[in-house]
This record gives sequence, C-alpha cells and structure tokens, in this order.
Amino acid sequence: MNRYLWPLIAVVALLIFLVMGLRHGDPRALPSPFIGKPAPQFELPTLKNPEVSIGTEHMAGNYALVNVWATWCVMCRAEHGFLLDLAKSGAIPIYGINWRDSRPEAIRWLYELGDPYLASAYDEDGRVGIDWGVYGAPETFLVDPEGTVIYKHLGPLDPAIWQREFVSRMNDGGAD
Amino acid sequence: MQRIFVLLVAAFLMSSAAAIDTDKRFDDPKLQARYEQLISEVRCLQCQNQSIKDSNVSLAADLRREIARMIEEGKTDEEIADFLVVRYGEFALYRPRSTGKTLVLWLAPFLLVLFGVFALARVVKHRMSLPIDDDSETKG
Amino acid sequence: MIPEIGQFALILALSLAICQTVFPLVGAHRNDVAMMGVGRTAATGQFVFVGIAFACLTYAFVADDFSVLYVANHSQLALPTLYKVSAVWGAHEGSLLLWIFIITAWTVAVSRFSSGLPEAFAARVIGVLGFLSVGFLLFALLTSNPFDRLIPAAADGGDLNPLLQDPGLAIHPPLLYIGYVGFSVAFAFAIAAMISGDLDQRWAKWTRPWTTVAWMFLTLGIALGSWWAYYELGWGGWWFWDAVENASFMPWLIGTALIHSLAVTEKRGLFKSWTLLLAITAFSLSLLGTFLVRSGIIVSVHAFATDPTRGFFILTFLAVVVIGALLLYAWRAPSLDSDVGFGLLSRETFLLLNNVLLVVATALVLIGTLAPLVIEMATGGKISIGPPWFNVAFLVPTIPLIILLGLGMHTAWRSQDKTPWTRMLRLPAIAALVLGVVIPLFIYGRISVLLVVGCAAAAWIVVMSLIHPIRSLLREKGTAGITRSVLGMSVAHLGMGFFVLGVTIVSAFGIESDRALRPGETIEVAGYEFEMRELRNVEGPNFSAIEAEIEIRKGGDFVATLRPQKRQYLVQKNWMTEAGIRAGLDKDLFVALGDQLGNGGWSVRIQYKPMIRFIWLGALIMALGGLIAITDKRYRSKVRKTATADAAAAEATA
Repeated sequence: MNRYLWPLIAVVALLIFLVMGLRHGDPRALPSPFIGKPAPQFELPTLKNPEVSIGTEHMAGNYALVNVWATWCVMCRAEHGFLLDLAKSGAIPIYGINWRDSRPEAIRWLYELGDPYLASAYDEDGRVGIDWGVYGAPETFLVDPEGTVIYKHLGPLDPAIWQREFVSRMNDGGAD
Repeated sequence: MQRIFVLLVAAFLMSSAAAIDTDKRFDDPKLQARYEQLISEVRCLQCQNQSIKDSNVSLAADLRREIARMIEEGKTDEEIADFLVVRYGEFALYRPRSTGKTLVLWLAPFLLVLFGVFALARVVKHRMSLPIDDDSETKG
Repeated sequence: MIPEIGQFALILALSLAICQTVFPLVGAHRNDVAMMGVGRTAATGQFVFVGIAFACLTYAFVADDFSVLYVANHSQLALPTLYKVSAVWGAHEGSLLLWIFIITAWTVAVSRFSSGLPEAFAARVIGVLGFLSVGFLLFALLTSNPFDRLIPAAADGGDLNPLLQDPGLAIHPPLLYIGYVGFSVAFAFAIAAMISGDLDQRWAKWTRPWTTVAWMFLTLGIALGSWWAYYELGWGGWWFWDAVENASFMPWLIGTALIHSLAVTEKRGLFKSWTLLLAITAFSLSLLGTFLVRSGIIVSVHAFATDPTRGFFILTFLAVVVIGALLLYAWRAPSLDSDVGFGLLSRETFLLLNNVLLVVATALVLIGTLAPLVIEMATGGKISIGPPWFNVAFLVPTIPLIILLGLGMHTAWRSQDKTPWTRMLRLPAIAALVLGVVIPLFIYGRISVLLVVGCAAAAWIVVMSLIHPIRSLLREKGTAGITRSVLGMSVAHLGMGFFVLGVTIVSAFGIESDRALRPGETIEVAGYEFEMRELRNVEGPNFSAIEAEIEIRKGGDFVATLRPQKRQYLVQKNWMTEAGIRAGLDKDLFVALGDQLGNGGWSVRIQYKPMIRFIWLGALIMALGGLIAITDKRYRSKVRKTATADAAAAEATA
C-alpha cells in the first residue's frame, strides 16, 4: 500500500473518534464513584433540632432518596415543588442534606416553601458533602435498602427524570 | 463607615468565606510546600478547569481545608490522593496516577521521542549513501 | 436595518466566495486567463462585503442595538465604548465573523503580492482560499448568524463577560487569528502545488515568507494571551495547558517545524513531501482547534458557548478539507523523492531533528488534550490531565531541542567538518555551563539540576545566537555582512533563549503567599514589606469594587503602591479580582484580593515573580526575528525584478 496513505488513515481514525466524542454528551458530567458501593456513613444533627441526629443508619431497610440542597442554590428551588409532590405521594422517603447553609435561613426556607424531607441533616462545614462527592447542588442519591448507592443525579429533579432514572432502577432491584 | 459597608458587602458574597479564615499556613516550610503542591494539582470540580489553589468557590475552600487537615494528621500524599479519588474519582487529580491505563500516558513522551529518532536515523542513513555534491541551489 | 444590511452583505460575500473558488480553479485547469482573473476580483469583493458585515455588527454594538440577539447577549448600555467594539469578537458568532474577515484579508494580500507567481498557480491558491471562505461563511450563515434578531428587543443587554472587559480583548484575538488563519495560505500553496504538480524548490521559496508572517502573528497572539491571563485572571499563572491554549499552541509548534522544513526544501530540494505534509497539518490543526473550542467536546474556562450542531458542521468541514488534502498528498508524494544526500554532521540532519522533536511535542500536546476523552469513552472513567503531566511530558522533547538549536545554526549544509565545528562550540559550551551555575547560585542563592540545565540551555542559545551578528559587526570592511535571513534567524533564536531563561527562573524562584491582611497591617514576602493601608469602595462605569491600597517597601524604602480590586459587575453579578502588579524586567510584584475574612481583613495572594517578563519579551523578540527574516533582499528584489520586467515589457509593446 502507498505508505503516504498513513496520514490519511490516522486522520480518518481521529475524525471518527471526534464524532463519537461529540455524541458522548456533557464533558462536565461526573458519574458518582459510589454507584454500586455502600453509601458513605454519616451522622449529623438535624436541621430543625440540633439535639436529634440523623444518619445513614436511619435510612436502612427501605429505598431512600438523599437530596443535597441549600437556600443559596437556585436550581434547588426549581425542583422543590416536585419534591413536595413526591413526598406527598409517599413513593419514597426523602432525606435532605442541607449543605453549607445558614441554619435559620434554611429553616425559614422550608417553613415558607414546604418541607418534603423526613428530616434534613445540617452539614455546616461541608464535610459530609465532600464525603459523598458532592460538587454542585442539587444532587440526589438513590440508596437501596441495604445502603448501597444505586444512582446519583446532578441537577433538579422532575417527573420525567424520576421515572426514567429512579423508578426504573428501583423496579429492577425490587424484582427480587 | 467604610468598615461597615465592607462588612455589608461581605454578606452578599456567594463564597462561604465570611467567617472562615481561608488562609492555611503551616509553620513548617516543608509541610507548607507539600500543601501548596497538593492543592495546585487538585481540580476544582465546581469550576471550568482550574485548580483548587486558583479558585475561590466554596468547594475549593472546603477541599483546601480538608487537605490541610489531612496533612496535619500526618497522612501521606498517596493517602490524600486516595481520599479524593474515593469521593470524586480520578477526575479530581490533575496528575494522572500511574495505574495501568495511565502508565502509557507517562511513558508516551519517551516512546515517541525514541520512535522519532529511530525513524530519523533511517532517513539520515539513507541520505548518507546518496551523492552529496550537486548544484541544487534554488532555481528560478 | 443595519443588521439586515450586514446579513445581506454576508450572503453576497458567500456568492463571491463561490465565484472565487470555482472560476480560478476551473480557469487554471483550462488555462483560461479571463477565468483565472476572476479570482482576484472576487477576493477583493468578498473582502469588501465581509468588511461591511463586520462594520454593521460593530455599529450594532456601539449603537446599543439590543434587537440583535448577539448584541443583547454580550453588551450592555453602561459598557465602555472600547469594550463594546471588542465585544464584537468576544463570543462565538462574532469571533467567527472575525475569522472570516481575516481570511478574506489574507486572500487579498495574496492576490496583491503574488505577481511573482505563475498565473495558474496563483489562481489555484486563491481558489483554495475561496473554498475555505465558502465553508466558514456557510457555517456562519447556517448555524452561527451574528445578525439574528431578538424580538422584542431587550431593554438592556446581558453584559460582556467581565473577564473580557479589558484591553487585552481588543488585541489578543485579532493577532491570534491573523496567525491561526494565516496558515491557510501555506495550506493553499501546498494544495495548489499538488494539483498542478509544480513541486520544485520555487514552491518552497514562495511559501516561506507567507508562513513566516503567519507564524509571527501567532507567536505574538499566544504570548499576548499568556500575558493577559497572567494579569487578568488574578492568580499569577501564565500557562495552564488548557484545551484552548493547546489548540493555539499546536499549530504554532507545527508552524515552527514548517518554517525549518521549508528552509531545507528551498535550499536543497529535499523533503518536499514532508514539507507538504507539514503545511497541510499546520492548518488542519488550526481547524481542529476551532472545532475543539466551539463544539463543547472539551471542558475549558475559555470555550465558547457550545453546541453539538455547530460541532458537527465544523467537523464535517474539517473532514472534507483535510481528507481532500491528504488524498492529493498520497497521490503526489510518491513522485517527489529526490536523489541528493547529506552527511551525518550537517544542517539537514539538525533540521530533521528539529522537525522530529517539534512533531513529538505537538503529538504530546494533542494526546494530553484528547486522552481524557479517549479514556472516558473507552472505560467510562474520567481522569484529568493537567499541568503536572504536561509540564513533564513537554520537557522531554524540548530540552534536547533547545540544546540542538545552538548547534544547528552553525552547521554547514551537506557536510560539516568536525574539527572546526567542535573548536567553535567549545568556548560557548563552557561559558553556558558556567553561566548555568552562576546565574541561579549568585543571583538567587540556590541551585538544582533542573535550574542548571535551564539556565545553561538559555545561556547556550543566547551565546550561539550572537555569534553570527557579532562576527558580522567585527568583519573587515568590504566583506559581505550578515544577510537579513541569517540575522532574523539569530534574533528569533535569541528570543527563544530569553524565553527559556524567563521560564526557568520564574518557575524555580517564584514565591507565592496567601496571607490575611487587615488595614494597617504589614507582612513580609520575598524580602519586600506589603502594607495594607486602606480599604475603600470605588465605582466603575459598570461595576462596583472594593479596593485595597497596598504599599510596598524594601528595607524601609518605598517601592510602589498597588491597588488591587475585587469587582462586582452590575449585570452579571459575578465577582472578579483585578490584580495590582508592579512590573519590571527583573521581577514582578503581584497582589490580588482573595476573600473577605470575618475580622475585617482580606485574604490576599502576594506573588514575587522574578524575570517573568522575559517570557513575553522572548516571544516578542522571536516575532521580531521573523519580521527581519522576511525583509531579506531575496523577497524584495523579486518585487523589483518583476517591476523592471513589467516596465521592459511595457516598453517593448509601446
């Protein structure tokens, strides 16, 4: 073969690769390293009552949603309505991690907008957030009854995402 | 009056630094150097391609604080890197660690140079065998 | 109304570009002088109409026409006029228009200065450039129209990204693009030569000055970008190996290789196919860079607002252009082998080494940029490749390159006698090693292997680059002096030496310190005292800021007052830090405000940057070397000869 065809072959390979790259999706989306692994253990004071604590222990035995939120997070407000509906439907217990926020502001926020959470943990300094690999609110984790993280969603939840990503996974797991 | 205004403005700042001293200093220069090296090699995950050393967002400050804490606790660089990788994946480190896939990456420069020099040697050898004297000055 | 004129002008430009492509290429094939002549006229027309479009967009910005979507997104009533003008190219659609404008300008330049070229060849070059214009104009009109309307018009705009509200935006993109786009000329010359089969040494001679000019501008553009990032981003870095930086650096590396390869081809007729390949690659990398930056495929603080549709368009265009070029290459290259040789110790060998090492460096930058994507698609895991890898990887081919640089300049073509050669370089080599130890040790008080290597390499290049000019100055009266070509080479290499020195010193001896300061407090960094005298509020045209007044003293003597600011822009509301810099050739003192601390103070980042300005000075001198080289009498006499020939012909027919 004409050895001068090598550059052409290399370029075609590169182009194919770039096309695949374009279809690949958002380069910034980071899959959670905890998927398929046990949820990071934590125990924190609750938001409303610092005397009471909440943690991974309390979530065991059922599927649970762990939703990372804050009052300074605009997108959290966007998904709040859906979370309220979800909580009302009783489909799944929702726990909150109030991330790097001001306690009084957060309490007032829930009071004004409604509280979908069974309880919210107050992560004042963000340590638990780091332990869960949180890098942008809102993030929502799906944890199975054994405490394994099944899925993480970055960004606001809506009914479509709930069905497609969360319900489908619960059905797959719950089949046994 | 200036001071009050300045403090008021602070209340509007997005960043969390209002009450926290973001300045991490170790008295031991060796530890300080380690700290600075480490934070320059960790990606700020909330940003568009910056290290946590160069970024001011809350997550960057949190991660710097955690790294400083781990250094104080006596953890090694390896352990600190593991801590970050467990939580955020390899993506968090700007220095790709030498695992199987990235070994090729670290060897690439040497392999490429060797390959290039080898190809060059063949060309030069060939040219050495051809007549040198000619009147190949620029024509026209 | 004006935006519609601009839109219409672009459509007209497109039709002219199509003429500019079809007629000259067909005309060259049929040897039809009239058809070939259309090329030049169409090129001028295209330039005029794109210029009109550009003017219309500028007008829309200056007149605050927020019914134009692009203006509404990137401008604001309170934006200072200078930034309104430079905002024209501050985002994707406008910078694309700038791209197009520049390629039409280059085409006009080629048609103006190509009197020394055979008509058919020039026609083909203009035709190829026309094809490139068509592609970009289609891209703009179909996917990225800067004249799209916003109905109803906004009352005020979304403001230009505060990071871009700086004089740097006025010059960096234009200079960069002139270089980036300028490699299209070398590319067009290569295609023209491959189509016609005219691939003797004349082709190399014609291509060289065009490539050098493009390379010059790209050097300046990249250096300016680095300098701008340094003072604007606020953290004192000057190169981050960010994907967009790499996108401009790869064409520069190959462009440098191309300049050197052209020298061999012009002098001895060797490596024609290799030089062709380099010419194709340089511009292909420009196109690839455009793709990487505008398609959303890669994360970067620099990337334009992205869209996969645009990405697909550019990729398709890239594919057509490059595959077409490489098919021509595969067809023509086999017949280009020549039969001349050279010795082991010869300039040809050194230039080949130059090429190999530069190509390796380019490959490494490309690998580092794309590998995260490759690994993610192959294994699903995401990794980051940043400065820690790039800095090490890049040095592997570059350190040998720098050392060889000093040698190649003084090696004869064809075959170099070993004895006089080793004799010549013995003294400079010793001087370089000595300086390599002396500079860090006595001036800065520290030494290490990498330091000695860096300083010695810099000293080596500087000394070796000065040999030719000094010999020329000391020559006997009446003997031939240095040619502009050789002088240009010496100056360019000298610039490289300065660059290496700057990088070595600032990397090794730079000091960075994050400290807390309150008004009235003083801290000491790198032997200088930094006192925060006052914190105050200032108002800018479209921002409000907190400013710190920092007085710097050394041993009690006043050095400078700096005023770093933390600004909040009124519309976009993000906070930006504006550093205070005390600049000097020997060092920079750099202060930036970090965060507000609870106790009334601020965290400040203070940096001591010795010899950082040598980095950009070195690049400037490199570009100067290029300028000197193209004023060589070979190129000037060609113009004169043609003028005389024209005059003689005119007389003959009179």
